[in-house]
Amino acid sequence: MNADDPVIPVDPQDPAPRRRRNQQDGARGGKPFKFGQKGDVREVAVNVPPDEPPPWQFGDTHAVVGQRTPRVDAVAKVTGKARYAYDMNLPGMVWAAFVRCPHARAKVTAVDYAEALKIPGVLVAKDYGSKEIRYALQHFGIVAAETHAACLEAVRAVKATFEVLPHAARMDQALAPDAPRVHAERPNKTGDDFRPEAVAAFEKAAQGCDAVVSGIATTEVQTHMCLEPHGVTARFEAPDRATVWASTQATFGARGEVARVLKVPEANVTVIAHYMGGGFGSKFSLGVAGAAACTLSKELGRPVKLMLERRAEHAQGGNRPSSVQEMSLGVKKDGTLAAYKVSKTGTGGIGGGAGAANPMIYDFGEVAEADFEVATNAGAAAAMRAPRHPQGSFALETIMNLAAEAIGMDPLELRRKNDKHPIRARQYVEGAKRFGWDKRTPSGSGKGPIKKGMGVASSLWYALGGRGAQVLCRIRKDGSVEIRNGAQDIGVGTKTILAMVAAEELGIPLSRVTPFLGDTNDPIGPASGGSTTAPTIMPAARTAAFMAGRSLREIVAKAWNCGADDLALGGGKVLHLKDGSKSMTFEKACALMPGDEIAELGKRTGNYAAYEGQTGGVHFAEVEVDTEDGTISVTRYLALQDAGTILNPLTAESQVNGAIVQGVSYALFEERILDRQLGQQVNADMEMYKIAGPKDMPRAEVILTEVVNGANNVGVAGLGEGPSVPVAAAIAGAVHNALGFPVWSLPMTPDRVLAAIAAKEKGK
Amino acid sequence: MGGHAEEGKGSVSRRGFLKSAGVAAAATSLIDDAKKAMEPVGPAPAAAVRGETEIRFKLNGKETVAKVPPSMTLLELLRERLDMTGTKQVCDRGACGACTVHLDGRTVNSCLLLAMDATGRDVTTVEGLAVGDRLHPVQQGFVEEDAMQCGFCTPGMVMSCAALLAKNPAPTRAECAEGISGNICRCGTYLNIFRAMDRASALAKGGK
Repeated sequence: MNADDPVIPVDPQDPAPRRRRNQQDGARGGKPFKFGQKGDVREVAVNVPPDEPPPWQFGDTHAVVGQRTPRVDAVAKVTGKARYAYDMNLPGMVWAAFVRCPHARAKVTAVDYAEALKIPGVLVAKDYGSKEIRYALQHFGIVAAETHAACLEAVRAVKATFEVLPHAARMDQALAPDAPRVHAERPNKTGDDFRPEAVAAFEKAAQGCDAVVSGIATTEVQTHMCLEPHGVTARFEAPDRATVWASTQATFGARGEVARVLKVPEANVTVIAHYMGGGFGSKFSLGVAGAAACTLSKELGRPVKLMLERRAEHAQGGNRPSSVQEMSLGVKKDGTLAAYKVSKTGTGGIGGGAGAANPMIYDFGEVAEADFEVATNAGAAAAMRAPRHPQGSFALETIMNLAAEAIGMDPLELRRKNDKHPIRARQYVEGAKRFGWDKRTPSGSGKGPIKKGMGVASSLWYALGGRGAQVLCRIRKDGSVEIRNGAQDIGVGTKTILAMVAAEELGIPLSRVTPFLGDTNDPIGPASGGSTTAPTIMPAARTAAFMAGRSLREIVAKAWNCGADDLALGGGKVLHLKDGSKSMTFEKACALMPGDEIAELGKRTGNYAAYEGQTGGVHFAEVEVDTEDGTISVTRYLALQDAGTILNPLTAESQVNGAIVQGVSYALFEERILDRQLGQQVNADMEMYKIAGPKDMPRAEVILTEVVNGANNVGVAGLGEGPSVPVAAAIAGAVHNALGFPVWSLPMTPDRVLAAIAAKEKGK
Repeated sequence: MGGHAEEGKGSVSRRGFLKSAGVAAAATSLIDDAKKAMEPVGPAPAAAVRGETEIRFKLNGKETVAKVPPSMTLLELLRERLDMTGTKQVCDRGACGACTVHLDGRTVNSCLLLAMDATGRDVTTVEGLAVGDRLHPVQQGFVEEDAMQCGFCTPGMVMSCAALLAKNPAPTRAECAEGISGNICRCGTYLNIFRAMDRASALAKGGK
């Protein structure tokens, strides 16, 4: 710790963390620990629960943690040995597929499966699911066959007739006065209108403002498009057991669903997800494919594989809802934000969950908010990386830029002035310097047809994990170590940091530790949602390793006739803290074990009073806009991102890189296009549903802001959501700076850019 | 769709059409095609050609004999008959590159190649790239630079990168982007892949 880092005693009147669920109820009698970041270190009292090691503090150094470490399963992934649910080939396995309706709203009136059943190898062709069709590509039947090819042939041989009904596939259609109802029991548009007193307060505050800026931002539906589709390979094992290889973000949630579907005890079900090919929020449940495969496996007495086909993955695999956000923001000349009004409307298809996180981050003064949701005849939305946030951030940061322009203030200054988060406060300054923000030119001042611009946007996330994980640490007599949890690594590197935390605590090299994830026969772990996986599992892992190491120290203490507390683990050795002449290698210590192994279960306890309950980030983007053809290139990008204790900078940076790439994609390309007449998605594939490719990449830099948040004994925060929040907004800000006015619609495709330019010229 | 049951078959000709026709024509075709593709009803397809034929080809250096129906793709043969599941099935129509293998040293989408057309050819899959425990420089570069997340696009990426490196021992970032422009990654690993290729290039130069 540097001498210039002041230690600020914690103020009992000002509990910094805003999120109190899961937290210790104060820490009377607790020991003080140093948490925080460079330039702002605070002493926080913590009652360290029994069996837990003291939390890592600001200034602690680590041997394994913090090293750039290739992921432990990297070789399996680059050699093709990693086996996913889609890759399971089991003896006697049957393939299954759904039969789908092409119409957006219809009744299935008759189905003839006779021809399908005549195809060699076809075992099942029958009704499955509702006959009331509410979105295009909803299934109503299922087939199963000996081969994938026979399965698809059978799907095509099914003859069905439909009563086609008028649909409301698109939001404008669902809002029309004579629109058919998507859900019979309620109107298409539901939600919460403005509270009159909030509007009155907004209006009063707006009168005292020097400028009130307004605008309507729109975003389109994007689909998750996971490369491995939703699905499972399921094996019912008569009379009452099952093993399911699932492409899932929630092994334990899936286990419960399998048990319910098959009516067997949960303890008899094993769900395996050693590898999974992308989820992004869309794979929390067993899903229609999983449930159907389990059911069929029980009926046929054979293993069944059912993975959604690509076009169905778009329709049925989930999506991020669209949004229309109508905003007014009042600002004073000195940059004080005083009044904000926002009405949000969006569609999540036949599912819910539309809505945009807006406002957030900045202090807006009086806020009036309305939030509506429109049901449409389209596939149901699902959580998608930072649900509600990228769309909210895009709208919010766009109106912020407009407000800055109205009072002649630098947009970065306006943000700094209205954002009190201590981590972002530092990131604004560091980022501006690093990115060369001082070289930003006035909006719209470029002369040629290709215009350059810079933008900035802010990130936050709320979760520092909580109760809900247990981790088993096993030290064997031969000196090898296992660390086990049953949750999944969805591709972010969880397995690697699990091993790193254990190696750190036991003072041994990483190569000595084998981590296990993705099998529900191991101890309980969380679903990978809300960026909680790492902060929920890792403290339990550290506790488990601490307890196992303590047991080992006790064994050695007996041999040396001293106390276990006189001994420490480090550098691959057991060390005597008081007698420097005494030391023993980790292996020799393990050989002293009376039995074959030490096994300890570490439990995740509630969070401590953290330095900050929310994580922070600030992102900068630079673009070139071609005003002749409307194309946008993101040329440079800088993300400053806090993720608490950085366990593995290599994989942590990868996650932020991923958020940047997905954000570029959301900002510039992604759009589910539904045909107005048919209500079908016309780009339900991977050619016309355009996502960012290798040629669309900016030069990107990631700076991980080191923050020891002290929320638990490890202090790691997740990186799934935070860096995903502001990317499109930062790019939109850069486009605004380039053009001199905002493009209000995502994705900022050439047609939208050219339309914005044309509208501006017409208005002149 | 002739005697073929798989969806992918129809798109072979469609992709050819998309390449040769203008964007406007392609868009029209897309809508027609979407209508057709979504229709599960209508007359049953002409009976698929049944029966199987024996083919011989070299797979990862080993002479391989397999019996295949005429409509089977190389991808299906690898994944479903030979249990070589490193090569991934994602879009099933040559749009994503996840099924990339080398055919006589050149990259092909194995979902668009009939297994019978591999007869007498030399096929290398991601499983055959390393020599024993010694990773190919591209694989080593991917490991060291963390050019993967979920890993589902990774085998195809690795195969495209390996083919690129064989042709161009020191590709620039732009050449690398061109080389993998047929491969789609959803997690967003492109930035790491560029770094991995720099690393691979250096490793290859140093004689591994």
